[in-house]
Amino acid sequence: MIKLFSLKQQKKDGESAPERGKKSSAAQLRIQKDINELNLPKTCDVNFPDPDDLLSFKLIISPDEGFYRGGRFVFSFKVGQGYPHDPPKVKCETMVYHPNIDLEGNVCLNILREDWKPVLTINSIVYGLQYLFLEPNPEDPLNREAAEVLQSNRRLFEQNVSKSMRGGHIGSVYFERCLK
Amino acid sequence: MAVTWSGRWNHVRKVTERTGPFAHPDFEPSTETLQFLQEVCHILVIGAGGLGCELLKDLALLGIRNIDVIDMDTIDVSNLNRQFLFRPKDVGKTKAETAANFINLRIPGCNVTAHFAKIQDFDASFYRKFHIIVCGLDSIIARRWINGMLISMLSYEDGELDQSSIIPMVDGGTEGFKGNARVILPGMTACVDCTLDLYPPQVNFPLCTIAHTPRLPEHCIEYVRILLWPKEEPFGAGVAIDGDDPAHVSWILEKSQERANEYNISGITYRLTQGVVKRIIPAVASTNAVIAAACATEVFKLATSCCQPLNNYMNFTDIEGVYTYTFEAEKKDDCVACSQKPQNISFCESDKLQDILTYLLESTTYQMKSPSITTAINGKNRTLYMQSVKSIEEKTRANLKKSLAELELCSGQELYVADPTTPSSLTFILQMGTKME
Ligand SMILES: [Zn+2]
Repeated sequence: MIKLFSLKQQKKDGESAPERGKKSSAAQLRIQKDINELNLPKTCDVNFPDPDDLLSFKLIISPDEGFYRGGRFVFSFKVGQGYPHDPPKVKCETMVYHPNIDLEGNVCLNILREDWKPVLTINSIVYGLQYLFLEPNPEDPLNREAAEVLQSNRRLFEQNVSKSMRGGHIGSVYFERCLK
Repeated sequence: MAVTWSGRWNHVRKVTERTGPFAHPDFEPSTETLQFLQEVCHILVIGAGGLGCELLKDLALLGIRNIDVIDMDTIDVSNLNRQFLFRPKDVGKTKAETAANFINLRIPGCNVTAHFAKIQDFDASFYRKFHIIVCGLDSIIARRWINGMLISMLSYEDGELDQSSIIPMVDGGTEGFKGNARVILPGMTACVDCTLDLYPPQVNFPLCTIAHTPRLPEHCIEYVRILLWPKEEPFGAGVAIDGDDPAHVSWILEKSQERANEYNISGITYRLTQGVVKRIIPAVASTNAVIAAACATEVFKLATSCCQPLNNYMNFTDIEGVYTYTFEAEKKDDCVACSQKPQNISFCESDKLQDILTYLLESTTYQMKSPSITTAINGKNRTLYMQSVKSIEEKTRANLKKSLAELELCSGQELYVADPTTPSSLTFILQMGTKME
């Protein structure tokens, strides 16, 4: 056990050593590590509008199987200084007919909210989002109409998804074309 | 005014002028210890809220006179039940100044200096003035910031930590009837980031519950906060919710009530609405008092060596009876904040970024696979090179051909390198001039 200060009679002043310049924050160092080790599935790509800002980026998912095959969906990620204690904020920027994504782009994915843990990484979220397109989950709906159709009539759901991706109305809602 | 009187410090001298079985091995009973506490020892208290008021009072009564306090808040009427240095006439004044004035008047000889500011407003030259820093904060971001600051102030000689560069951090936290106190010796023991898992996560309800199956009044308020506000933008486009703006809270309250009525949920009040919006956890005065007392005791132990400090994390709850548990939180080998000692690397101004990259890839010490290199210049982060992400690689590839001078990198600049071969990113300090062999 060390005795911390040779404290006796030692006044402190702030003038001593020169500063090394402002250090990067722990959130910043952690996101650099996360990004450097992104291991993206082949259907996903990330885009950094400003490479100096690793805290803000887009994820593009282009599913190659399932209901959403052929579509192209853009998600925005905003990572705060609380990361990884707090999860990043993720929004879907592409309007999509999906039980777990509402028309404002809010995403219902457990690890983005109630099940987030600091050991999870950006990669975990990428895989979570990709899975939402392979297995939309009608049990946890955000877009309840879409969920009800998926539960009652898979065939109709499939048609609605194709129609929305080509650009068209489902009920009164117009979806922009998002085919690749 | 007489600054002291006979017997005033007897309670402290009993511990500083006699030894005991728990004393630090190097402790020598002496009258100089009290003198040190009173005249030399300089303590920083971060936060002048529930914990901060208690801490200031405790430290001052232990004989510490040179205290600085930082707080960025002003006094709200709801603080008065537990933040006992404040009176109704003080509502609206700054917490830091009001608390400092109160202590200075009430405890003769005490010299508390107030800073109505954010911790981020100060740099290392400010924090270096203090022997010990004690925190009574309610924000993890602020804790991590000060933790990172103290770690960045450590100096190493030949890879050995210079112990005189350590400023111990004593950290207290409370949430209702639960609390904890801990001692962090930056660079030596577990830091805030080592134990990020120990901080309770924010309560987040599943979005689908909020959207479609609300059962609690909180679900209704969260619905309005998360889903309705961005959609309706009641106070204009892009206006964020301000939990202290009565107009904002009233709007949320009204919409939440409408939603609660739809689902036959009761219990929505203004207070609850503001609590959910501001994520307030009810503060309990007695928990604050216990945790602050534990923290002040640790400050006293560290400053006097009269006793071994807490090793290093104490949990406390008084939900049913009183329970405490102390354990040694472990320093993590891959902690992003404290795991690595900054290492020097030497290059010339005319060397290219490619030369640094090649060195990281080929040197026998590192043998990295796909390192990314970032730095911070004037507080702004810069990505110098990252191979693994195509969009960044394309935009930073040109940097490889630039000289270090062209990239505005000078001696002493920190470079942060992440690579799959290392558990955490490494910090290098650039030494300009002599070429490394
Ligand atoms: Zn650490």
